[in-house]
Amino acid sequence: MSDKLILKGGRVVDPSQNIDDTRDVLLVDGRVAELSSSLATHEDAQLVDCSGLVVTPGLIDVHVHLREPGGEHKETIATGAAAAAAGGFTSICAMPNTDPPIEDPAGVGFVVAEGKKAGKARVYPIGCISVGREGKRLALVGEMVEAGAVAITDDGSPVMDSGLMRLALEYAQSFGIPVADHPEDLTLSAKGHMNDGVMSSRLGLAGKPNASEDIHIVRDLMLAELTGGHIHLQHCSTRLGVEMIRQAKARGVRVTAEASPHHLVLTEEAVEGYRTEAKMNPPLRTQEDVDAVRAGLADGTLDTIATDHAPHHYDEKEAAFADAPNGIVGLETALGIILTHVVKEGLIDLATMVDRMSCQPARAFNLPGGTLAEGSPADVTVFDAEKSWTVDPSRFLSKSRNTPFTGWSLTGQPCLTIVDGRVVWSV
Amino acid sequence: MTNTVSPLGKDLIGLEKLTADQILQILDTAEPFKEISERRIKKVPVLRGKTIVNLFFEASTRTRVSFEFAEKRLSADTVNISTSGSSLVKGETLVDTARNLEAMRIDMVVMRHGASGAARFLAERIPSTVINAGDGWHEHPTQGLLDLLTIRDHMGHLEGLKVCIVGDILHSRVARSNIYGLRTLGAEVAVCGPRTLLPSMVEELGCQFFSRIEDAIQWADVLNVLRLQLERMQSGYVPSLREYNRIWGVSSKKLQAAPRDLLILHPGPMNRGVEIDSDVADGSHSVILNQVTNGVAVRMAVLYLLAGGQLEKAEAAKRGVES
Repeated sequence: MSDKLILKGGRVVDPSQNIDDTRDVLLVDGRVAELSSSLATHEDAQLVDCSGLVVTPGLIDVHVHLREPGGEHKETIATGAAAAAAGGFTSICAMPNTDPPIEDPAGVGFVVAEGKKAGKARVYPIGCISVGREGKRLALVGEMVEAGAVAITDDGSPVMDSGLMRLALEYAQSFGIPVADHPEDLTLSAKGHMNDGVMSSRLGLAGKPNASEDIHIVRDLMLAELTGGHIHLQHCSTRLGVEMIRQAKARGVRVTAEASPHHLVLTEEAVEGYRTEAKMNPPLRTQEDVDAVRAGLADGTLDTIATDHAPHHYDEKEAAFADAPNGIVGLETALGIILTHVVKEGLIDLATMVDRMSCQPARAFNLPGGTLAEGSPADVTVFDAEKSWTVDPSRFLSKSRNTPFTGWSLTGQPCLTIVDGRVVWSV
Repeated sequence: MTNTVSPLGKDLIGLEKLTADQILQILDTAEPFKEISERRIKKVPVLRGKTIVNLFFEASTRTRVSFEFAEKRLSADTVNISTSGSSLVKGETLVDTARNLEAMRIDMVVMRHGASGAARFLAERIPSTVINAGDGWHEHPTQGLLDLLTIRDHMGHLEGLKVCIVGDILHSRVARSNIYGLRTLGAEVAVCGPRTLLPSMVEELGCQFFSRIEDAIQWADVLNVLRLQLERMQSGYVPSLREYNRIWGVSSKKLQAAPRDLLILHPGPMNRGVEIDSDVADGSHSVILNQVTNGVAVRMAVLYLLAGGQLEKAEAAKRGVES
């Protein structure tokens, strides 16, 4: 007997098919079988009443840190995948800056296997650009792709050698994968702990200037233009950076780019009082930058929303600002933050949000999903766009609690996460 | 001591958040304490029975000794902990160090730490009073206070005075405490130094900026000359100490062009022949040693004011009433 699930009477928002309408969704054996406003009765199907709820292609986060292997006290692949499912994500891409780093087919195979074992959100590994993330010579890119890697990056340790970055952009084209880069010129920023500006001047903290990010973005865009390769720019946070990407897209450069929820809603003011939960890289910047990131998200310059979920054990963040690690968790707050502070504020509509959180990430990283077209994988997110809730990190499924959003009142919460036709999380 | 609560709150972290009244109260309280240090028996019993830990994560002689004299002249029991020969070098976290001290039932911690924000971090986590003896590049409030006191002693007032801080502002906790304190008390503040050693948004702190020391000398009533750390040259912020001295060093030759006599301060320790020439440091307008003397008095005032509230709380507790 086949495995059937019907999501009945929800508002289906699927920009890949230009659908925003009340529909029933029939999932059969891990595939979307039918999308209909008058679905025939299926006696053998499990029925879920979705009236009043929003039904979308499963959300995809192309930028998460799962910390395994080597950082299991912060997160594991299993806890990260569970946190993703609880946040409404059906697929996540795991960054390779683990210990040891994911730099060979064995490492990639490990992430794939642990992801399958977890049985929550799908976990796609991203491999290193360079051996040991040292920026000296290419890692085993081809073999990693064969083992399941969907992109390469040295995230967190940007490739400073432009010659190597050129090789990466050329070589990756053989396998049709993007090269993702954390754009940061370390010679300008390595000593910094926050945005270089008024707050850093006041607090006496070393700053990372916008130029450290802008210069690297421009370099990457030029190398993508030179090679014809696909550059994916991570967590863009600066006004000029967004503008440079906009111009490059207009010239036809193959570039995709991320906006992180925190860079859409917080400024450097959040660091006041040396709050380590507001310490991340790139840092929170000024209102002018936030406005530019928001505008970039709205006009599609920044085509994907990615959390940069970066768990840290509580006592690692319990330190003087300069001594605390960068990063915040994001998987379980992203949807609520975006619905409350981006969609409800009128910056983008619901369909555009689904585009940036599902369709575009799938397209950029060639992942299954990002659509509810018949025959596509049965990865579905169902959420209540009107449900009010308060962020309480003690309820996170993630192992870590490092968020600047503690106590925030949000409107919009995931209800049901379906991967491969199977409910992996429900409220 | 019969104050109801400490007029400064639980801690002294910096001058940025203090009001003019609070700063003036500290300076005024320092006045009678100056006299104690001139007595044959330099001791009063106001902090008898109080336990104070001087916790120094960075090397310091002047500040640590100044605090220790202040504490001893107020009859407190003191313990010094510095980075060598303690668990601080064994990888213990700041939180754990603090909790261990707290478990020994101390009353105050005077802390010097290399990270900006460390004093506030500690203050938020332990019930004892925390006095910031310098946190990274952020603040060094008692140095700022002793500079204010020394300027007031010699100029009679602070309001309307023009004070220029010369040198490495970027890495200087002394500069930030001076800027905040001076501005709160109505002085005009400028900074002067190579652009590489200024915070990126120094004007946002309410300061004028002079590239040339000659212009600063024309403008100012007071110069507060900061130490140039030798490692700044090694890290490339300035190409050579000789060049720094030539362009930004305070010399009697440059001071000759001043339209009025300038008061010269320096927080020490000095690099003679780098940021300040010997004839200026030892000259008649230098108040550098007065700063050191005032340092003890100001620290006594801070300790006294911060402990006042606590003594009151203790007495209230003894009487069985809510404080």
